Amino acid sequence: MAIAIGTIYFLLPLIATFEFSLKMNRDGYSFEAYKVVLSDPGFQATFGYSTLMAVLTIIVGILLVVPTAYWIQLKLPRLRPLVEFITLLPLVIPAIVIVFGYLKLYNSSAWLPLTGNDRATDFLLMCSYVTLALPYLYRSIDAGLRAIDVRTLTEAAESLGASWPSILLQVIFPNVKSAILSGAFLTFAVVIGEFTMASLLGRPAFGPYLQLIGANRAYEPSALAIIAFLVTWASMGLIQVFARNARPARKTA
Amino acid sequence: MAYLTINNLHKRFADHVVVHDFNMNIEQGEFVTFLGPSGCGKTTVLRMIAGFETPTSGHIRVGGEDITHQSPQKRGIGMVFQSYALFPNMNVTQNIGFGLKMRKCDSAEIARKVAEVIKLVELSGKENHYPHELSGGQRQRVALARALVVEPRILLLDEPLSALDARIRKNLREQIRDIQRRLGLTTIFVTHDQEEALTMSDRIFVMNQGRVEQEGRAEMVYTEPATEFVARFMGNYNLLGAADSQRLLGLSINGHLAIRPESIHVLDAHSQQADTLAGTIRQHQLLGNIIRYQIESAGVTLQVDRLNRTASDLMPAGTEVRLQISRDDMREVR
Repeated sequence: MAIAIGTIYFLLPLIATFEFSLKMNRDGYSFEAYKVVLSDPGFQATFGYSTLMAVLTIIVGILLVVPTAYWIQLKLPRLRPLVEFITLLPLVIPAIVIVFGYLKLYNSSAWLPLTGNDRATDFLLMCSYVTLALPYLYRSIDAGLRAIDVRTLTEAAESLGASWPSILLQVIFPNVKSAILSGAFLTFAVVIGEFTMASLLGRPAFGPYLQLIGANRAYEPSALAIIAFLVTWASMGLIQVFARNARPARKTA
Repeated sequence: MAYLTINNLHKRFADHVVVHDFNMNIEQGEFVTFLGPSGCGKTTVLRMIAGFETPTSGHIRVGGEDITHQSPQKRGIGMVFQSYALFPNMNVTQNIGFGLKMRKCDSAEIARKVAEVIKLVELSGKENHYPHELSGGQRQRVALARALVVEPRILLLDEPLSALDARIRKNLREQIRDIQRRLGLTTIFVTHDQEEALTMSDRIFVMNQGRVEQEGRAEMVYTEPATEFVARFMGNYNLLGAADSQRLLGLSINGHLAIRPESIHVLDAHSQQADTLAGTIRQHQLLGNIIRYQIESAGVTLQVDRLNRTASDLMPAGTEVRLQISRDDMREVR
């Protein structure tokens, strides 16, 4: 019964939105709204921009989080609660507070001006997305590292003469690949629809475009909402696929 | 000069001293075992030799070179772990070839050496299998091959057999010893299993609470325990305190008197032999080729082992017997 109520609660608005998005043509149901949205240069530009930002966020996030989580697990396990607390902060501090902090710290008259030109602001936006993605990336990668015996694998590689970069790239990374991909898809889903940071930093991202269309059109916002849902669900689906395909019994096989 | 020399090695974790003043000399090609209960410091010493732990003080030298503060990568010491530590993302060939790849060997040399060592550990046909597709014994042989292929100066084996079942353990220990002899490899083996230590080692270091209790050839450590701990740990010694020794044998000693169960002879109750003790069998245990009796004599319960030759040899509880113990088989320990 509870499952049925829950399903109706979640699915009904979605079905209603989908149904509404198909009503752009007065003659009957059609995908006209989707056609309009997908052919809009604004959609293509903002979706492309957000995709690029998501990819950059994932790359920088992985390069930052994997070595950190690995080192914490290997050498500084006592610091884990502190690092977990820090990585959870973006969930409790509203994005608007974070972005105002950035604007205060990195405005054009600050010691490190990052809002003076588009490229610098893009960099700042990417950094703020990395911050936003920290809870998802860190938890996912940390869980992956806990599933393998990091210490023994590292020691085995060391005794065979492997350098630290070789250990990370050839032993650790491949064994937490599915955890990294899970974190990456979550990050993609979060970044692609993010509004607050992109809007306040004045960048042409998909989130502000969604808001703009929503304020001025009738059927297109519903089509966009469904497209955004599909992107998020595709990301979640891919997480499931990679998690299922991860080889079993990994712990120091 | 010995090949591996350890002088005054100490290791402290916070307030807890794990290894006290550990000293050791090992000759090239020797097979040495650190034997002791969990927490006695044997693995910590091994990890200091491998370079995974830094000694609080002391020195480790290999071939005259001080390696105390060298990184594990530069020591040229191979290690086999209890949990195998195979890389799950690599197949057997890739796991074994990993060390050679790190040494920048060319691919033809890697292929040749890997093939040789796969043959040595009898894993032919498993080259493309991943660790999760192998049995425990096969995984440990891959781990052994991986450590051997880089031709280490010293091979360290950290309880490599303890996760395996009895039959595989027995086969693998014979295989390890055979390979070690063939390659003339200096090897240190860590175990808490006396039988493993006795069957495999040239020399045994019995450790307790971070100290070496006794060191010597395997047969000597078993037959001539130096301390009460070694006597208890190495076998099922009968350990008699001063009062029991006086009452049973009329001997006044300091410390304990250790008597091996198999050195006590059980005679017929009507035996006329001199210097025997009257005893009564309280219970027995059948241990396959041996029957272990609990025999009470002058209020002291002794453990006595006899060969299980025929079913009629078994003496039931309550049987009166006489016990003969040679003075040579009694050993006073600290």
